[in-house]
Amino acid sequence: MNDTLKATEEQMAYAKLLDIGMKLGMLSLVVTFILYVFGILTPHIPVSDLPKYWSMPVKQYLEATGIHPGWAWLHMLNRGDFINFLGIAFLSGVTILCYLRIIPILFKKKDTVYAVLAIIEVLVLTLAASGILRGGGH
Amino acid sequence: MSGKNSKIMSLAVILVVMMLAAGSVFASGDPAAATAPAAANSTMPWWGWPAILFVVTFVMGIVAVLGGVGGGVLFVPIIGGFFPFHLDFVRGAGLLVALAGALAAGPGLLKKGMADLRLALPVALIASSCAIVGAMIGLALPTNVVQTALGGTILGIVAIMLMAKKSEYPDVPQADNLSTALRISGIYHEVSTGQDVNWKIHRTPQGLATFIIIGVMAGMFGLGAGWANVPVLNLMMGAPLKVSVATSKFLLSITDTSAAWIYVNNGAVLPMLVVPSLIGIMLGSLVGVKILATTKPAAIRYMVIGLLLFAGTRALLKGLGIWN
Repeated sequence: MNDTLKATEEQMAYAKLLDIGMKLGMLSLVVTFILYVFGILTPHIPVSDLPKYWSMPVKQYLEATGIHPGWAWLHMLNRGDFINFLGIAFLSGVTILCYLRIIPILFKKKDTVYAVLAIIEVLVLTLAASGILRGGGH
Repeated sequence: MSGKNSKIMSLAVILVVMMLAAGSVFASGDPAAATAPAAANSTMPWWGWPAILFVVTFVMGIVAVLGGVGGGVLFVPIIGGFFPFHLDFVRGAGLLVALAGALAAGPGLLKKGMADLRLALPVALIASSCAIVGAMIGLALPTNVVQTALGGTILGIVAIMLMAKKSEYPDVPQADNLSTALRISGIYHEVSTGQDVNWKIHRTPQGLATFIIIGVMAGMFGLGAGWANVPVLNLMMGAPLKVSVATSKFLLSITDTSAAWIYVNNGAVLPMLVVPSLIGIMLGSLVGVKILATTKPAAIRYMVIGLLLFAGTRALLKGLGIWN
C-alpha cells in the first residue's frame, strides 16, 4: 500500500481517540458491573426485586422506584446499579470527544465546511446528552 | 453441509429453542406487550433471566457475524419478543449493544481507510439528528404501536435482505455536484486483488434525504441501522461495497450515540439488561469472527433471515395482541 492510501490526519486522530475511549468505556462497564452484581456496592433497587420492575414501561418504572431521569444518576454513584452509568455515559460520550479532537485539525487544513459540520454534530450530540429532550413516556 | 456449518446450524436451533422456552415461561396475557409485571410471579431466581440473556446474546453474536448483520437488528425483536423485559428497556439496550459494537469496530476500520470520515460526517449529522426524533417518538408512543411497527419493520428488513442486490464496485459515471463540493471520494487498497480502488459517489442529495428515515427508525426501534445504511451507501450513492459496509458500521457509532442518550436520559436503560447483553454479544462476535475465517456460511444468511422472519412475525402479532 503506498502513502497516498493512508487515512487522513483527522481520520487517524479520530480513530486513535475512539480506540482509547472505547477501551476505557468497556473496562469501566465491566468493573462497575462486577461491583454491582456481586453486591460490593449496595444498589438502589435490590437485584432480587428487579423482576418486579423490568417488565414495566419506563414511566411506570421510574414512578415505582422513585428514580429521577436525566443526570440525576450522578448523585447516586454510591449505588451499585447507578455506578454502571459511568461506563454507559462514557461509551455514549466518546464520540463527542472524537469530534472535538478533529475540529482544530479541520480548521488548520482550512476545511471549513467539514469543521462547521463537526461543530454542528457536537451541538446535536450535546443536546441529546443534556437531558433537555424527553420522550414523554407512555 | 460441512461439519462446521452443522455446528452453526445447531447453535441457531439452540437460539430458537431458548427463545421459545423464554417466551413460554413468560406468557403474559397483556396485549400491550408485557406492561404488567408478570415476571414478578415467576419462580425463576432474579439472576435467571440475565444468565439466559447472556447465553442467548452470546449465540446471537456468533450468528450475527456469520449472517452478516449487526447485533442490534437481531437483539431487539428476539429479546423484545421472548423475554420479560419491557420493550422500552430492550430498545435502550439494543442501541447500546449496537453502539458498543460500532465503537469497537470503528478505530480499525478508520485506520485501515475502509470507513471514510468524509463520507460519514454529513450522513451522520442527518442520521443522528433524526435518531433523536425517532427515540423521542418511540418513547412517547404506546408499546403495542411500537411493537407492531417494529414487527412490520423487521419483516421489511427481511424483504430487503432477500431482494437487495449488492454491487462490489458500483458504476458511478460522474460524481454529483454536492459530493464534488464536499470532496467525498477516496482510494482504498483491496487486499484480495492487490489493487487500489478509486471511488466516488453520486445521488448524494437523495442518499442524504434517505438517512432522515433511517435515523428516525434507528432511534425509534433501537435496531442499529446497518441493514439500511449499506444498501443506500452502496446501491443508491455508489460507494464500493467494502467502503459502504465499513462506513455504515462506523456511522452507527454516531447515530446510536444520539439516540442512546435519549434512552439514558429518559431512564430506559437497565444495567442488568445492558451489560450481560453487551458482553455476551461481543464475546459471541469474537467467536463468530474466528468461525468465519474457516467456513463459508452461505446457508447461515438464510438462517438469519429465517430468525428475523420468525422474530418479526412474533413482534407484529404481539403488538396486535394476537400472540402474547
